[in-house]
Amino acid sequence: MLDATAHEFARLPDAPGVGYKPQHFSEIADDAGPVAWLEIHAENYMGDGGRPIAQLRHLAERFAFSVHGVGLSIGGEGPLDSEHLARLKHLVDWLDPASFSEHLAWSTHDSAFLNDLLPLPYTEASLARVAEHVDEVQEVVGRRMLLENPSSYLAFEESTLTETDFLREVAKRTGCGLLLDVNNVFVSATNLGTDPVSYINAFPVELVGEIHLGGHDDDEDDHGAPLLIDNHGSEVADPVWSLFEYTIRKSGPKPSLIEWDNDVPEWPVLKAEANRAAKVLEAATA
Amino acid sequence: MTVDQTMFREALLDPEAARPDGLSDGKGRPAGRRFDVYRNNVSVSLTEALEVGFPVIRKLVGQENFRLLASAYLRRHPPHSPLMMHFGADMPSFLANFEPTRQTGYLPDVARLELAIRESYHAADADPLSPAELEALPPEALVGSRVQLATSVRLVRSPWPILSIWRFNAEEAAKSPEMAAEDVLVARPDLDPVPELLPPGGAEFINALLTGATFGDAMDMASEASRNFDLPAVLTVLVKMKTMIEIGG
Repeated sequence: MLDATAHEFARLPDAPGVGYKPQHFSEIADDAGPVAWLEIHAENYMGDGGRPIAQLRHLAERFAFSVHGVGLSIGGEGPLDSEHLARLKHLVDWLDPASFSEHLAWSTHDSAFLNDLLPLPYTEASLARVAEHVDEVQEVVGRRMLLENPSSYLAFEESTLTETDFLREVAKRTGCGLLLDVNNVFVSATNLGTDPVSYINAFPVELVGEIHLGGHDDDEDDHGAPLLIDNHGSEVADPVWSLFEYTIRKSGPKPSLIEWDNDVPEWPVLKAEANRAAKVLEAATA
Repeated sequence: MTVDQTMFREALLDPEAARPDGLSDGKGRPAGRRFDVYRNNVSVSLTEALEVGFPVIRKLVGQENFRLLASAYLRRHPPHSPLMMHFGADMPSFLANFEPTRQTGYLPDVARLELAIRESYHAADADPLSPAELEALPPEALVGSRVQLATSVRLVRSPWPILSIWRFNAEEAAKSPEMAAEDVLVARPDLDPVPELLPPGGAEFINALLTGATFGDAMDMASEASRNFDLPAVLTVLVKMKTMIEIGG
């Protein structure tokens, strides 16, 4: 059995973090600004050695780390990949990060890995499967994980549960925490015609161990309705900042990450985004 | 209507396939092209992974052709691991058989070189033997010894001038390639893999060491393969590239 108290993470600071990009290595070391912690995609650091691991060891002396998986396929219909879980355990064991998180999504089916976070219906059956998978991850890795809300472009007609009820119930059954991606909330609400503030109100903020902020792109569907694409390729949009402020007023300060994975900007641009997040967090403590 | 992940996956990977039923826009209308966001994410993210892995192949065939090639590749050889660092291992054989590239004989070997560089980049760290440790060994002891090479060492042999082609497309001010067979050692003297042209017999010598032969046997095999085998020249490369990590009986 998982002894949650013995294996509790050190906990990320209630401060801004950024998604770590190797091109920012020296600048982050010289001029971190308000950035107190870094997040990495687990799968990029599962090689045996070389520059990626060397950089990570170096930065880990100074920064708290969040390991964010993108390949476990927790929402998959099939069993979890035990080899991949073992690699994850190895990474978490040596790096000893302050947090590990993954997505409410699937990416592998019949052994083909699709390199995207794919959606699942919210039903009793999928809930039972996701909870089983989260249990397995926590059991193998030996720590409590955070599960992230996805960005949605469509809905499943077969769904019987809301996303917030689904996540709350997974957390209740497994003891996992939640990662609240505020940009995903805004993107999904816009795309599916729901209200983002009601989503935050329904979200169990007391279980949130980390917040994500990122940029999205604008498109439209067949009927000309807005279709926002979660691409982490630009500044955080103003309505997402407003939703973040609303969330932080409700939850108090939380570890808050700027995710910028595509068209990665120069360090000062990313740092400016972290500064903006820092102001929101400071206002909540004042 | 339930949509299982087999249906979802098949429609994702085949742009001609019908989109699954049972998906909506959240307001009662069919999802339509909303499904294509996922299709696009899958193909763009996997194509980008191939672009990162094969920058020289991309330059050789051109950006537009590389996209077409990548789109055929990812349908034929979808990844079977979430580690994008390993994606593309079938590229050499794919290029050898893909109709638009199969006449360009050097492409598969250039792809093998790019794969070797990527594998070397992620290979385990190792402490190389110092030149002093090597010099301390008397020559007669060396002949009977076996040497362990770092796991970041790769050997790529080709009837084509693959390293010259690679340099011409990856480095500024590189000379234009001339027809010649080239054997390339890829090693990681520090944190970045470096490809190095091997002198005659060098590939046979290193290949023998990699398969566990003694120094003496490796020298015999290399001399047999090439009359111009030059042991000091090969040893200089092996030492400079910090490839040797242990010598024993």
